[in-house]
Amino acid sequence: MSDIKLFNPGHTACAGCGQSLAARLVLEAAGKNTIVANNTGCLEVFSTYYPQTAWGTPWIHSLFENCAAVASGIEAALIYLKKTDTNIIAQGGDGGTADIGLQALSGMFERGHNILYVCYDNEAYMNTGVQRSGLTPFGTNTTTSPVGLQAHGNKRPKKNIVEIAASHRIPYSASASVGYPQELQKKVQKALSIKGPKYIQIHVPCPLGWRSNPSQTIEIAKLAVETGLYPIIEYEYGDLVNSKKLLKPKPVTEYLKLQKRFKHLFAENAKQEMEEIQKIADDNIKRYKLI
Amino acid sequence: MKKFIEGSRATAEIIKLCKPGVISAYPITPQTHIVEELAQMVANGDLDSQFINVESEHSAASVVLGGSATGVRTYTATSSQGLLLMVEVLFNIAGMRLPIVLTCANRAVSAPINIWNDHQDSVTVRDSGWIQLYAENNQEACDLHLQAYKLAENHKVMLPVMVCVDGYILTHAGEIVDIPDQKSIDRFLPKYDPLYKLDVLNPITMGIVGGPDSYMETRFAIHNTMEKTLNEIIPEVSNDFAKIFGRAGNTLIEEYKTDDADTVIVALGSVVGTIKDVADELRKKGKRVGVLKIITHRPFPKNQIYNALRKVKNVGILEKCISLGLSGPLFAEITSLFAAKDDTPKISGFVIGLGGRDVTKQNIEYIFEKLEKGGNNDTEFVGLDENVVKNNKELIINV
Amino acid sequence: MIVNIFSKPGSSQKNKTGSWRMGKRPKFLQQNCIACKICLFSCPEGIIEGKEKNSYHCNYDYCKGCGICASICPKKDIVMIEENK
Repeated sequence: MSDIKLFNPGHTACAGCGQSLAARLVLEAAGKNTIVANNTGCLEVFSTYYPQTAWGTPWIHSLFENCAAVASGIEAALIYLKKTDTNIIAQGGDGGTADIGLQALSGMFERGHNILYVCYDNEAYMNTGVQRSGLTPFGTNTTTSPVGLQAHGNKRPKKNIVEIAASHRIPYSASASVGYPQELQKKVQKALSIKGPKYIQIHVPCPLGWRSNPSQTIEIAKLAVETGLYPIIEYEYGDLVNSKKLLKPKPVTEYLKLQKRFKHLFAENAKQEMEEIQKIADDNIKRYKLI
Repeated sequence: MKKFIEGSRATAEIIKLCKPGVISAYPITPQTHIVEELAQMVANGDLDSQFINVESEHSAASVVLGGSATGVRTYTATSSQGLLLMVEVLFNIAGMRLPIVLTCANRAVSAPINIWNDHQDSVTVRDSGWIQLYAENNQEACDLHLQAYKLAENHKVMLPVMVCVDGYILTHAGEIVDIPDQKSIDRFLPKYDPLYKLDVLNPITMGIVGGPDSYMETRFAIHNTMEKTLNEIIPEVSNDFAKIFGRAGNTLIEEYKTDDADTVIVALGSVVGTIKDVADELRKKGKRVGVLKIITHRPFPKNQIYNALRKVKNVGILEKCISLGLSGPLFAEITSLFAAKDDTPKISGFVIGLGGRDVTKQNIEYIFEKLEKGGNNDTEFVGLDENVVKNNKELIINV
Repeated sequence: MIVNIFSKPGSSQKNKTGSWRMGKRPKFLQQNCIACKICLFSCPEGIIEGKEKNSYHCNYDYCKGCGICASICPKKDIVMIEENK
């Protein structure tokens, strides 16, 4: 294996890491005429420990929250240099995107830069040890929303960044899942063919943080979609234009039972929380017309 | 061409002539006229540059980081709160060795909120790896910006440069400034030739994880580069500048009547002008006084300052900032030069003009007099309202 | 002086993560494979290659043994076996 790929093996992601798979798929879909700006997070850390890098395209990491702003600067420079046919991808995790990075993200959308922002959503600050983020689902056991004698895990539902992005009226805002890799790549290619700001949020299981079996990463990602908990939707200029239909939605328990981060929800005293999670799935199905 | 022009607008004109490809702008008093002027230039087609209105200073710095990493000359300006908000990006830019030029329109820092001039903002980031230059007047401000690009982009340097210009005092003051023509500037400052950049034809990974096995060398490299820059590159650029524009470039320090002086005041920025005026008047009265202006604060011109002061009897370090709990930072830096040295002046520290409080000629006369009488031991606030602080009560609420 | 701040593309290939495997490795039976490519698309390391039916294999220098390929193959043509078998 001597030829250099766009995203090379030898990186130190955990075995079965959904994010490393998604990053590879995104980059392969984008092609070599791509510059990447990456936030701090698992992906950045496991792929660029000096002197090794897994990246085959030009790639830059600055800080935790600013890849959307750095990418804006890259785009401005390319326009100035009259090299506007290069793809620009800004990417980060859920924490770096939805929490600390929301300001830069919104600024990039508002200014209309021709950049694709990819958010790898593993639903917590994984790189720092599984702390709760704004995209951590309701009821999740994380180190800063732990299960205890007086708590059943995270008290808040996921922030909806796909809709926040869409409300900026950008040309394309969508969710995707690493459980459907070819569909994910099609979405990346579709986004890159559109001029203007684009947002794709990819659900990526983290076997370590979710305490799931590494071999079941794809299966678990699929179940999140099949239960309605992770709706696969597409917005164009603020309008919902597409959603992945579910033939027969599976009960949320099918998805939750494969991850120890939700183990506490199966206890007697967590019945209410379990019902709330099923309601979240049902609400998604209704809101996005999944059936 | 000489013209009477507001400081900010003169800065904008010089930046325009340096032809940056990406400019990021976020407004903060008293920097606003600089970016407004640049915006107008772009709008009129007088400046071919991508002008990006960002949503915060953190992003302003991040945008020029991305632009510079892509191989384009960049510019941004800020002050006070804005500078502090972008601090992690400043360290990032220096660590990534990107030759960005930034104007800091010096302003006091909150709390309390204060929009007037002092040096606390830029002095607070003196450890960041940025080269920091301080202007005494608007001519010097323009000249330093020009030299800043040539210095930053030198392949032996590749460090960002911050040009510090006193807010309001310089930014909003009209002076006669000689703005060179485009041709001369093009002769002095060639097109930016990046040493490295993000390029699909030659991909690299920038912003790597530097573990315990590789980080320390990167810091040594910046420190080493700063020392070389001080002794070789800044004088080189300064000489080139003098040859093309016919006036002195950045000489690191300026020794004003210090040769035979018994008493010297050391300072940064526009206050030096006031001190020079008072020194001239005292000289007429037969007093042997002088002024040492520090133009380049980082890298710190250790040898040059040491040599300028070693034969002086009384030295007063006058600062518009303070390292709270210790002393003025410059006082600490300069006294350290004389540690364990035989020829040591009596060094005194004075803190003045914080939050834009006017520095008067009477203040300076007082300081020269105090120095003659033996100075003080450390940090003396000059121009303080004694009525407010005299009671020494715990909590003072003035109704 | 500028040191230790950029890295060359693909230099991670020097790190043979195959040493991470904990006793099990995927065996590509190459019997009932229909070349659906799902294994190729699902490998987080990107080390599965193949073209027509029954030609799929992986590079054991980098395989971390996660087992996704074995779990996902619709024809059960990939199985996790004991190392050294």
